[in-house]
Amino acid sequence: MGDYLRPRDLDEALQALTRPCTVLAGGTDFYPARVGRLVTEDVLDIAGIAILRGISETPTGWRLGATTTWSELVEAELPPLFDGLKQAGREVGGRQIQNAGTLAGNLCNASPAADGVPALLALDAEIEIASFAGSRRLALAEFITGVRKTALLSGELVVAIHVPRPPHVARAGFLKLGARRYLVISIAMASAVIEVAEGGVAAARIAVGACSPVAQRLPALEAALVGAAFDGSLADRVEPTHLAPLSPIDDVRGSASYRGEAVLTLLRRLLSGLVS
Amino acid sequence: MKVAFTLNGTVAEWEGAPVTRLVAALRDDLGCTGTKIGCDAGDCGACTVLLDGRQVCSCLVAMGQVEGRTVETVEGLALPEMLAALQASFLAHGAAQCGICTPGMLIAAEELVRRTVRPTRAEVEDFLGGVLCRCTGYSKIVDAVMEVTSPVGEPDPAAGEAVGARLSRVDGIAKVTGRDAFGADAIPADALWIRVVRSPHARARFTLGDLGPLQKRLAAVLTAGDVPFNGFGIYPDIKDQPVLADGLVRYRGEAVVALVGARAEVLAIRDEEVPIVWAPEPPLFGVDAAIAPDAPLVQADRPRNLLLEGGVKRGDAGAAFADCAAVAEGVFETAFVEHAYIEPEAGWAERVGDRIEIHVTTQTPYMDRDEVANVMRLRPEAVRIVPTACGGGFGGKLDLSVQPLVGIAAWKLGRPVACVYTRPESMAASTKRHPARVAAKFGCDVDGKLVACDVRATFDTGAYASWGPTVANRVPVHAMGPYAVPNVRTWGEAFFTNGPPAGAFRGFGVPQAAIAHEAMMDELADAMGIDRLEFRHRNALRVGDTTATGQVLAHSAGLAQCLDALRPAWREAQEKAAAFNAKGGTHRRGVGVGCMWYGIGNTSMSNPSRMRIGLSPAGSLTLYNGAVDIGQGSNTIMVQIAADAVGLPASQFALVAGDTDLTTDAGKTSASRQTFVSGKAAEKAGQDLRQQILRLANAGPDACLSLEGAKLTVRDGAEVRTIDLATAGPLMGEGVFDPPTTPLDADGQGVPYATYAFAAQMAEVEVDIELGTVKVLRIVAAHDVGKAINPTLVEGQIQGGVAQGLGLALMEEYLPGRTENLHDYLIPTVGDVPEIECLLIEDREPLGPSGAKGVGEPGLVPTAPAILGAIHHATGVRARRVPLLPHRLREAIVQLKGKTP
Ligand SMILES: Cc1cc2nc3c(=O)[nH]c(=O)nc-3n(C[C@H](O)[C@H](O)[C@H](O)COP(=O)(O)OP(=O)(O)OC[C@H]3O[C@@H](n4cnc5c(N)ncnc54)[C@H](O)[C@@H]3O)c2cc1C
Ligand code: FES
Ligand code: FES
Repeated sequence: MGDYLRPRDLDEALQALTRPCTVLAGGTDFYPARVGRLVTEDVLDIAGIAILRGISETPTGWRLGATTTWSELVEAELPPLFDGLKQAGREVGGRQIQNAGTLAGNLCNASPAADGVPALLALDAEIEIASFAGSRRLALAEFITGVRKTALLSGELVVAIHVPRPPHVARAGFLKLGARRYLVISIAMASAVIEVAEGGVAAARIAVGACSPVAQRLPALEAALVGAAFDGSLADRVEPTHLAPLSPIDDVRGSASYRGEAVLTLLRRLLSGLVS
Repeated sequence: MKVAFTLNGTVAEWEGAPVTRLVAALRDDLGCTGTKIGCDAGDCGACTVLLDGRQVCSCLVAMGQVEGRTVETVEGLALPEMLAALQASFLAHGAAQCGICTPGMLIAAEELVRRTVRPTRAEVEDFLGGVLCRCTGYSKIVDAVMEVTSPVGEPDPAAGEAVGARLSRVDGIAKVTGRDAFGADAIPADALWIRVVRSPHARARFTLGDLGPLQKRLAAVLTAGDVPFNGFGIYPDIKDQPVLADGLVRYRGEAVVALVGARAEVLAIRDEEVPIVWAPEPPLFGVDAAIAPDAPLVQADRPRNLLLEGGVKRGDAGAAFADCAAVAEGVFETAFVEHAYIEPEAGWAERVGDRIEIHVTTQTPYMDRDEVANVMRLRPEAVRIVPTACGGGFGGKLDLSVQPLVGIAAWKLGRPVACVYTRPESMAASTKRHPARVAAKFGCDVDGKLVACDVRATFDTGAYASWGPTVANRVPVHAMGPYAVPNVRTWGEAFFTNGPPAGAFRGFGVPQAAIAHEAMMDELADAMGIDRLEFRHRNALRVGDTTATGQVLAHSAGLAQCLDALRPAWREAQEKAAAFNAKGGTHRRGVGVGCMWYGIGNTSMSNPSRMRIGLSPAGSLTLYNGAVDIGQGSNTIMVQIAADAVGLPASQFALVAGDTDLTTDAGKTSASRQTFVSGKAAEKAGQDLRQQILRLANAGPDACLSLEGAKLTVRDGAEVRTIDLATAGPLMGEGVFDPPTTPLDADGQGVPYATYAFAAQMAEVEVDIELGTVKVLRIVAAHDVGKAINPTLVEGQIQGGVAQGLGLALMEEYLPGRTENLHDYLIPTVGDVPEIECLLIEDREPLGPSGAKGVGEPGLVPTAPAILGAIHHATGVRARRVPLLPHRLREAIVQLKGKTP
């Protein structure tokens, strides 16, 4: 049986991380990976560290503590900018998972189908990482590097997710496609944040998940939207060529060609939904 | 580490490794076995508890995280001596069937009703979305939560009025309080554990290296050599499946070595540490590979890889097609389907002198007894099977699982030995629904009357025979559907492959065949310009008709009545769909109908049940019931039937169920036979006891009985006699029933079943044309059940069957190695199953108890056809392969668009 540490403050946790151990937050990815096995590794439980939890406003935006749960996010008072992330939160597993699973856990687990990733990509999120030696920040797109791979070095912990305040009023959304209603791994999902100024699109950030090893922003689509009128015609701007960054695969949930086509539908519906 | 927290309102202290899952601490150390484990992975919600008032999966919470917090489990819900409102509502609504999901459901609902006592359906779905139920189809659970403040419920029925009453389950209180003990709930603390090492290959030879080091660490390491007779199987002459493989494995998940020791010890040993040297061989997947001319054999003594073939022939189908006004043809394919009972296989054994006692979750204690005796080379009398509560079976707990392993180990070691499968293990090791390829051709005349049918059903029976012969026999009898067809040729055949053993699963192959025959009905109706429901009505088998096996249906053939009952909803739904579709847009609605018939009991084989009712000198009235209740409610129904047969109130009955030492053989809980066969035996046992009482009292047949302590009062008109049981007792009534059938000849002619259930269901669906997703909006299910002994339980069976049929149609596909868990293998959640209306038709079957037939399997059979018909109505796509996953439907829609100009 390994060690189990449950520090109350961050320094203690970072100190503990100087030797190899597995971080445990909400446990919703940790335990399913250990069915029918004894857990023998050393575990660092970060769920009891108060400053890692909760959402606060900062001069430049918002800080989402690493161990903020999906339920806490969904119930938090936040501007419409966060509607997409909240919709993603409501689609994570069922209520039990939302009550336990954390935002940073979702990112660190780095599943291609993690629902939080496209929503946070569309929010231009930055990841705050700390270690005993110091701290650094990475854009989310650089943080997740592959299937179940992140840029975290040994001894590092995700401390918070930072969402910058956009210069304009923003609308946001998220759509998930799955083969059943609850507890379902996404076949594909898409999230968008559209900044609106003077009736037109001032900026657009759009990301798609489960269609590539890591969820991807769609810069060509974003560019095609900027300057457009913020109305029902927005959806018409989505073109198949915008999906170039994606590389969908065949698996038990769907075929590659279906994914590609479904994403176009999701994107059009997402944009129509935002203007209505 | 010590963890202090509040458990159900009191202070609890626990000590152990802090990484221990909360569910394990609750169950193993804190006595809260009401919290269940269905997966240990967050997928099923059976382990749901409230943590600081919020529902969480206790299998995903570390004990280290519980310090200082508040945990509430099902054990904390009831007030002293009184059920909580939610529990009472679950009981009254029949929301618990097997009951394995019930604690999790109650806790998830508790979080909601603390916020609002009048929740909306959408809220109920959101709060219960993380708890899977495989039995109920969720309907009665949703009702129970929405109506928590005003639970329905009838007073206990008086003597003679039990049959037909909505009596609450006799075992229901144990289920809603979490006290019912399932296979893993009452394992002795000193039991050793077994962990089975299974094959990662679908086909391989292997040799075992030196097991000495492992044997030194453990109590025992069992291999094929430790099994006295290393073969089991359903049929007396086909014992083809080894308990532990002997040098050769035939499917992924096959048991190879059993590690026996302290629980932590056997769990700590990784598969790689067990010295098995594998020589994988190319596996045969699918029937086409198995029948290829050069295919290697799966079973050395089975040429062509053929398990069995046979058919039914009547008239001259080949010639008759020539004169048909319309002919429809099609080939339909289905996948391996997993039972996905929420309770994985579990049990334990103990040697008692020269006998072995096995406590196990099972559908068939008497067959288990005989099989274990055969494997262990003991006399059947030396084996006692004590069924625990069974957390769902659906056919999957008819085959042996843990029984021989715990039996052999406990026998050898003289200590109790337990085994509990993990979810992936359960899914890899257990039987599946047979994948089928059904080639069907039907023709009708100008009046839309069926003239001819030709159906060939080819089944993948996997690595071992299991119930394959039953499927291959049953399907040809049913493959023409519940219709009068004068010229019939049907054929069933099953081939071995290196897939998982395909066995019994609700419907024994008939659901697969129904997808084909119902598609044909739709196509013929469309071709003839006849309404799809009316076409079926025109052809429905009726009393007096002769079936394809030459059997004249003398009674109880209520398909036409079922269709009559559906007609108003059918018309209304058609109009609604047309109005919806007229608006255009990305979604289209459709309506479909599916019909079925189902022979009750074994096909042309004796399947008797024997029941006893005792009245002791102290006046206790006991039904000795060998039929196991796997959630479908037979415990309750047997009591209702017995009570009315004796003439005493159901509430006075005690029940002894399943234990092979205390009951008599009532056969398997399969083939929808318990109500009809065992129910009849219970009725006869009751009548026998009543006769004895009347004789003692010298009273006439209409006398009224009442029982108070040891005093039995018999009122016959004005005369009142009292029997003192202390001197007159004990009395024992006995009843036996074996449904009359005859063997089928070479052309499949004979009387395969004594009676048939009939049903018609209607589905309304909405298809997202662009994404290929399907939402089932409503199901209306009309079932001829002969007589509904307990309408609540009958509805529960239908609703549960419908949910499984929905899964079969839209999402369920077992792929070895790829969907061996409940997040890659999808079963419907509460958000996927619509409201299910049940219309009960009671066309009395004179052979059955109070006219009853069976309903266990029929609920599932017509659902997939109705849904697929509705999808066709909505989109024009006729599904040729299920499950119709979104990408398959979307691809078919695109293809169809390409074809139509
Ligand atoms: C039944 C079920 C359904 C699910 N459904 C969905 C779904 O629909 N969509 C979806 O996206 N996900 C889903 N998940 C996955 C999971 O719930 C989420 O990814 C969740 O957000 C993970 O958070 P956690 O805190 O529970 O992670 P944990 O299990 O505690 O940790 C996950 C991984 O991240 C590491 N880690 C966690 N926090 C940190 C940190 N701060 N710094 C460094 N490393 C860290 C851990 O070491 C571990 O490797 C589901 C899971 C289950 C069991
Ligand atoms: S046992 Fe915890 S969710 Fe299945
Ligand atoms: S009653 Fe829900 S799983 Fe059996």
